[in-house]
Amino acid sequence: MSNNNEPLVRVDSLSVHFPVRNGLFGRSKRTLRAVNELSLTLNKGECLSIVGESGCGKSTLALSILGLQEPTSGEIFFEGRSITGKTRPSRLERAGMAQMVFQDPYASLNPRQTIYTSLAAPLRLHGVSDRKEIAQRIESMMQLVGLKPEQAKRFPHEFSGGQRQRIGIARALILNPKVVVLDEPVSALDVSIRAQIINLLLELKERLDLSYIMISHDLSVVEHMSDRVAVMYFGQIVETGSWDRVFSDPQHPYTRRLIGAILDPVTELTGQSPVNTRAMPEPPAGYDYYPRELGKHDVYSLPPASHLVALREDHSVRLIARN
Amino acid sequence: MTDNLLEVRDLRLDIVSGKVSHNVVDNVSFSIGRGEAYGLVGESGCGKSITALSIIGLLRKPLAVTGGALNFNGRDLRGLSKRELRRLRGEKIAMIFQEPMTALNPLSPVGRQIAEMFVLHKGATWKEAEKLAIEALGNVQVPAPEERVKAYPHQMSGGMRQRVMIAIALACNPDLLIADEPTTALDVTVQAEILKLVKELCAARGTSVLMISHDLGVIANMCNRVGIMYAGRLVEERPVADLFLHPAHPYTDGLLKSLPHLGSRRLEGRKRLQEIEGTVPSIASFPPGCRFQPRCHRATSVCSAEIPPPSALNHDGFVKCFNHEQ
Repeated sequence: MSNNNEPLVRVDSLSVHFPVRNGLFGRSKRTLRAVNELSLTLNKGECLSIVGESGCGKSTLALSILGLQEPTSGEIFFEGRSITGKTRPSRLERAGMAQMVFQDPYASLNPRQTIYTSLAAPLRLHGVSDRKEIAQRIESMMQLVGLKPEQAKRFPHEFSGGQRQRIGIARALILNPKVVVLDEPVSALDVSIRAQIINLLLELKERLDLSYIMISHDLSVVEHMSDRVAVMYFGQIVETGSWDRVFSDPQHPYTRRLIGAILDPVTELTGQSPVNTRAMPEPPAGYDYYPRELGKHDVYSLPPASHLVALREDHSVRLIARN
Repeated sequence: MTDNLLEVRDLRLDIVSGKVSHNVVDNVSFSIGRGEAYGLVGESGCGKSITALSIIGLLRKPLAVTGGALNFNGRDLRGLSKRELRRLRGEKIAMIFQEPMTALNPLSPVGRQIAEMFVLHKGATWKEAEKLAIEALGNVQVPAPEERVKAYPHQMSGGMRQRVMIAIALACNPDLLIADEPTTALDVTVQAEILKLVKELCAARGTSVLMISHDLGVIANMCNRVGIMYAGRLVEERPVADLFLHPAHPYTDGLLKSLPHLGSRRLEGRKRLQEIEGTVPSIASFPPGCRFQPRCHRATSVCSAEIPPPSALNHDGFVKCFNHEQ
């Protein structure tokens, strides 16, 4: 999909650690390793989904990509330019590169501001001072996300959940970012509304040539929307690849467990699970899947050396040498 | 009919504040047999949770039961005093909630909260109850129950807390377990474990389950019969396989088609998801006739004029729609 060699976003062995104070008056200090030596790339026009359970570090990763969380080590490049470290661009500049759509659109909109004010603020901050231009950009953005321009005069509480998420999308897109981080974009919405938002996001991606990083635990939605998938387990990617490789032939036990845990009404009743009928694939000789045992992870200790190994084109899995 | 454990007939719930009154649940009837798992599906605000709360008498003002009958084990629940209801709750009907952190007492060790059930309902001494609590915690597969009874809710993970909730709910071997979105706040792999646990424990004890969820997958996994609620009305009720494989009501059909199904993209390529147009109507402005009619692609003139009566479907169950499938 990308024409030149440099991907749109490149995360290079990113680590994010948090000091955690324990004991009386916080005297003993420990380090929580939220993200460990994580590398990934996002190509232009792609939807990359990051899947994993709560506490796996996926939100920390997203915040780092948005420039809202300073990494402990490692670098993030945006079109070849580092956005971390000393030479990083300003907060304002980074806001123009990547934006975020939040899970709960009500909590992420200012309840005391009209939609117009909320949408105009980023434009003003980014040097658009002409009132006519602001009005015109807001009008076209409202139409783009399927709302009527005159609805911009209203306040967030006057909208339904689905409409609020459309506003959340409008707010993310008003600065024409190249990357949009979608944090569980439909999980707070009513079931009958989800399809509208999923369709809208896919349409906008085509029309505006956007690239998405989607964080989700709903694997049915992930399968529907993604081009590539990265499965995260305690701060590391354990399996990554194109959506059809990961979903049709998952290798890592954790990925298989995640896919196996999806409750789809049709699969439940017909018993035709698309994955679990096949036997667990053996890891390459001399290696084990990393982690060897699920559910026994200590976020405070340094994980042993393991490697994301390519099994074939665009499908890698994390392995550890057998001793 | 008498062998049903719970019978809800023509239940009507209203929000009454001063002279204004809004109808929130209208004419809902269903019954749950012994050992049966019944699923109530609907979106937020459709009235599924307050239907459950009305059964155990936990409705708060301004909500009130304004019509219909609730029969449990041959007893009329609406006629019971507060005291009788309190005895019934926990002993005969138990409930588990979505967020165990808010449902558990943060200041009391979980073992004590389980033991309380035996003391209050079974007349056990605290010493006996403590032993029973350890056993109950073991039954819900909490590792090292002798240690964990001393833990406070905040020291446990979400999945473990939900197990504690289940231990409390099943402590007195209730006849009916009401589970209101019990796994919505949990991770998918934990969800699978919790559902399996509830299923096994209830099957072993012959407990009937009323499962409330918006997640069709959870319902398909857990329940024998399913009722679909929309805007305060039960629009379709059938055995689970019939309902999901051959939905009759346009809303049920729309719900199933609007969700991406695992594996379908590989088989058929990525198709645009079928949307249900519009939004759920607000309680203050339900449309006349069928409440789904403004969003329905099969709607005809009769739909906005009359409330569709239940029509029986060939196997079992009913649908309330003038233009339904079959």
